[in-house]
Amino acid sequence: MTATRRVDVLVVGAGPAGLAAAARLAVAGAGRVEVLEREASPGGVPRHCAHGGFGTWTRPLTGPRYARLLTEAAERTGATVRTRTTALDWATEGPVLHAVGPGGPEIIEARAVVLATGARERPRPARLVPGTRPAGVYTTGELQQSVHLFGQRIGSRAVVVGAEDVSYAAVGTLRTAGTEVVALVTEHPRARTGRARAEAARLLHGIPLLTGTTVAELLGHGRLSGVRVRHRDGRTAVLPCDTVVFTGDFVPDHELARRGGLTLDPGTRGPAVGGSLHTSRPGVLAAGNVLHAVEPAGTAAREGARAAGAVLDLLAGAPWPDPGVPVTVEAPLRWIAPNRVTPGARPTRHVLRTGTALTRPVLLVHQDGRLLHRERRGPGTVPPHRPLALTGHWHDRVDPEGGEVRVSTA
Amino acid sequence: MTVTADGPLPSTAYDVAIVGAGVVGCAIARELARHPRLSVALVEAQDDVGQGTSKANTAILHTGFDATPGTLEARLVREGYERLGAYAAETDIPVERVGALLVAWDEEQLAALPRLAAKAERNACPGTALLGPGELYAREPRLGPGALGALHVPGESVICPWTTTLAYATQAVRAGVDLHLNTAVRDARWADGHRLTTTRGTLRARHLVNAAGLHADTLDRRLGHQDFTVTPRRGQLLVFDKLARPLVRHILLPVPTALGKGVLVTPTVHGNVLLGPTAENLPDRQATGSTADGLAGLRDQGRRILPALLDEEVTAVYAGLRAATEHEDYRITAHPGQAYVTVGGIRSTGLTASLAIAAHVTGLLTDAGLDPGPVREPDAVVMPQLGEAFPRPYQRADLIAEDPEYGILVCHCERVSRGEIRDALAGPVPPRSLEGLRRRTRARAGRCQGFYCGAAVRELFERGPDGRNGP
Repeated sequence: MTATRRVDVLVVGAGPAGLAAAARLAVAGAGRVEVLEREASPGGVPRHCAHGGFGTWTRPLTGPRYARLLTEAAERTGATVRTRTTALDWATEGPVLHAVGPGGPEIIEARAVVLATGARERPRPARLVPGTRPAGVYTTGELQQSVHLFGQRIGSRAVVVGAEDVSYAAVGTLRTAGTEVVALVTEHPRARTGRARAEAARLLHGIPLLTGTTVAELLGHGRLSGVRVRHRDGRTAVLPCDTVVFTGDFVPDHELARRGGLTLDPGTRGPAVGGSLHTSRPGVLAAGNVLHAVEPAGTAAREGARAAGAVLDLLAGAPWPDPGVPVTVEAPLRWIAPNRVTPGARPTRHVLRTGTALTRPVLLVHQDGRLLHRERRGPGTVPPHRPLALTGHWHDRVDPEGGEVRVSTA
Repeated sequence: MTVTADGPLPSTAYDVAIVGAGVVGCAIARELARHPRLSVALVEAQDDVGQGTSKANTAILHTGFDATPGTLEARLVREGYERLGAYAAETDIPVERVGALLVAWDEEQLAALPRLAAKAERNACPGTALLGPGELYAREPRLGPGALGALHVPGESVICPWTTTLAYATQAVRAGVDLHLNTAVRDARWADGHRLTTTRGTLRARHLVNAAGLHADTLDRRLGHQDFTVTPRRGQLLVFDKLARPLVRHILLPVPTALGKGVLVTPTVHGNVLLGPTAENLPDRQATGSTADGLAGLRDQGRRILPALLDEEVTAVYAGLRAATEHEDYRITAHPGQAYVTVGGIRSTGLTASLAIAAHVTGLLTDAGLDPGPVREPDAVVMPQLGEAFPRPYQRADLIAEDPEYGILVCHCERVSRGEIRDALAGPVPPRSLEGLRRRTRARAGRCQGFYCGAAVRELFERGPDGRNGP
C-alpha cells in the first residue's frame, strides 16, 4: 500500500541549493517544508570537497564544514530533511512526487516543488574514451567520496584528465590518499585555473601538465596498467599508471526533470527557467546546478534562496507566470541561464559560458532582428571556464509575442 | 554447495568435468545437475561465471529466423528459444518480447525481405510480415528518414545475459555441481580417464566437456583434434542512457547483405538502448578494447537509424569477442573413444541456444558411455529482478515492508537497493569483484558510473555479506 502525505513545499536534493531554499522557506513561515535526500547524509557535493573555497571572503570554510552549516541552518528553521529517501517519478499532474525510502513507497503532494538535483561529471564512457574496461577509473566525485568519506585505498600512480579547478582538487585528494600524480592531461593549450595553483602543482609538487593532449586509450586487463595519450601533433605515449581520474565536464542531473516532462534548455541541458526559476511545469521550480553546468556552491545556494522567494509568492497567491520567451546563445557562447524571459517580471542577471576565450567581449541581445541591448565588458579576457554575466535591464524591451531572444558576441 | 576460487582442487575423480563457465558451460552443468548421481565439476579460468563472450553480446533471444536451414545451429536455436523462454518465465530472468524489424534502406535490401520471410518460414518461425514505409514509421516514429520497408519478426526478444548465466550456475551449484573458479586449464591428457593440469593442480574426470569458448580449439588440440580454429571476432557496442529508451520500440536489425551483417539498435531489458556491434576479426583473444574508429563508425550508423539517439548520453561502452570459426555451423563433436565432447564455434546465438545445446551435449555424453542415472529436477531458482519491465525490488511495497533494506537505494541511476547488494554478496555464486556485483545487481552500471554511488558500493562490497569484513 502506498501512503500519501501532504506538505507545503517539497525540495528534492539536500545540496546547497535545496538546503538554502528550505531554510528560507521555513523561516518565512511557508508551513511544512520537507527536503528529500537520497544519500545517507545531507550537504550535497560539498560533503566530500575536503578543501577550502566555500563560505564567504570574510568567513572561508571547507566543503564539509559548509555542508554542515547549511544543514544545521535548514533544520534550525524547522525544515525536515529526510535522507535515504529517493524521489522516483511524478504523478500525472501537479507538484506531486512518488518516492521510496526504508519506510516503503509513498506519494508526496506539495503545493510547490523545488528541484535541486545538482550535477555530475561525465564519466569515461560518456566521453567515449576507447580501450579496455579495467578497474581504477574514477570521476572526481567518486574519488573524493572514496578518500574523504570512506577512507578507501586508491592506486599508487594516477593520471588526472583535465586541468581546471576541479582537476586540481582531484590532485589534492590523490595526494591526501598517498597516490603519486603522474601528470595532468588537458586538450587545451593551458590550465584553466589560477596561475598560482597551476604553478604550485607543476613546480612545488613536480606534476607535469600535458597540454594539447587527449586520452586516446585506456590499457590493462583487470586493473588499469596505463593511459595512452595523444598530442595534437599526432605523437602518442603511454603513461604507466593504475588510476585515472576524469574531472570536470559537468552535466545537470536532469532525470527527474525529464521524467516530469519539464522543458529543457538545449544549451544547459537543465530545465528551462525564467528569472524567478519557474519551470514549464506548474508548481515546480528549479535551482542550483541542475540548471547549468557546475557553478560554485554559493551560486547554487543563492539560486535556492531566489527560488524560495518565488515559492513564497506562489503560496501567497501569485499566479503561475507565462512561460515567457526563450533566450538562446550563438557560438562561441555555449549556454545562458536563466534562459527564459517574462517581460514585467523582476529583471535578473544572467550567467553565460563561452566556448572559446573572448577578449573584451561585447554582448548583443536581439529579438527578431531588433537590437534590444548592447553591453561591453571591461578589459581582459573571459576564458571558457569562467562565468560571464549579462544584466537584465533589457527584459522590458522584449516583445512577449515575438520570437526567441538571441545573445551573441561582437 | 561448493564454489572455490583458490587452494588445491579435490583429488577424487569427477564423473564429468566441464571446462568453461560461460552461458553454455553453465547450461550444461545445470542440465547434468538434473542427474543427482553424477558428480560434476565446472572449471573456469576467470574469477566469475560468464566472463568471456557471454557477458558482452547483444542480449537478444533469437527466434533463429535467419539461420541457415538444416544446420545444427538452426535446430538448437529454435529449440533453445522455446526452452529459455519458458525457463526465464519461472526464474525471473527478464525477457521483453519486443519483436524485430529488419529495416530496408535501399532497393536491394527491400528486394531481400521476401527471401528472408521465406527463410523464416523454413526455420519454423511464424508470423513474419512485410511492412510498407507507412506502417514501419507508425511502429517506429523516431526511425531516421529514408527507410523503404521492413520485415517484422514478432518473436525476436531481448533478455538479460548475465542473469541467465548466473541462474544456470546458481541452480547447478545448489544441486551439487562443484564450481572451481580461477582455474585455468594448461594441459589435458586422456588415458582411460581425463587428467587436466590446471593453475590449481590436477583435476581428474571420467568424461570431459570442452565449452572453453574462445579457447575451445586450443583445448581440442591438446586432445589431438584439429576440427576448427577460433578467430575472435570483436564486437564493439554502445549503451545509451535509460532516458533514450522511449525512442525505440523494436529490435531494429539491418538486412544482411554481401557487405556484412551491419549494426543493430535495440532496447535492453535493463531499460537502455544498445547500438552495435562492429565485426572485426582479430588474432588476439584478449582484445576486448574499444577503438576510436569503432565507436565513431557505430555513431555514424546509429545516426542514420535513429538520429535522436545520438543526442542522448552514452552510459557504457564495451567490446566482446565471438568465438567465430572457419565453419558456418556450431562445432559440437563427440569423441566417444575419449569420453569427450567438444562444444566449439558457439557464436552470438549461444545464449539463445544454451539450454538446447546442454540437452544435446548430455545426449552425446550418454551415447559416449556416460550413465547419467535417474533424473531429479533441481529446486527452482528465482533470480533478482533486473528487468525494467517488471517490478524491481524498490517498487515492491511488500518486500520493503518485510525488509526496509530494499527501500534504501545505494546506486541511484539504476535504483539498486542495499538489500539487493547484500543478497548478491551472500548468494550461492557470490561476486568476487565490483564488476561481478554489477552484473548481479546493476550497481554502478548507470549513467553516473559511480560519481554518486561508487564509493558506497565499494564499501558494501569490501565489508562482505555480513557487513563486518571492513577494510
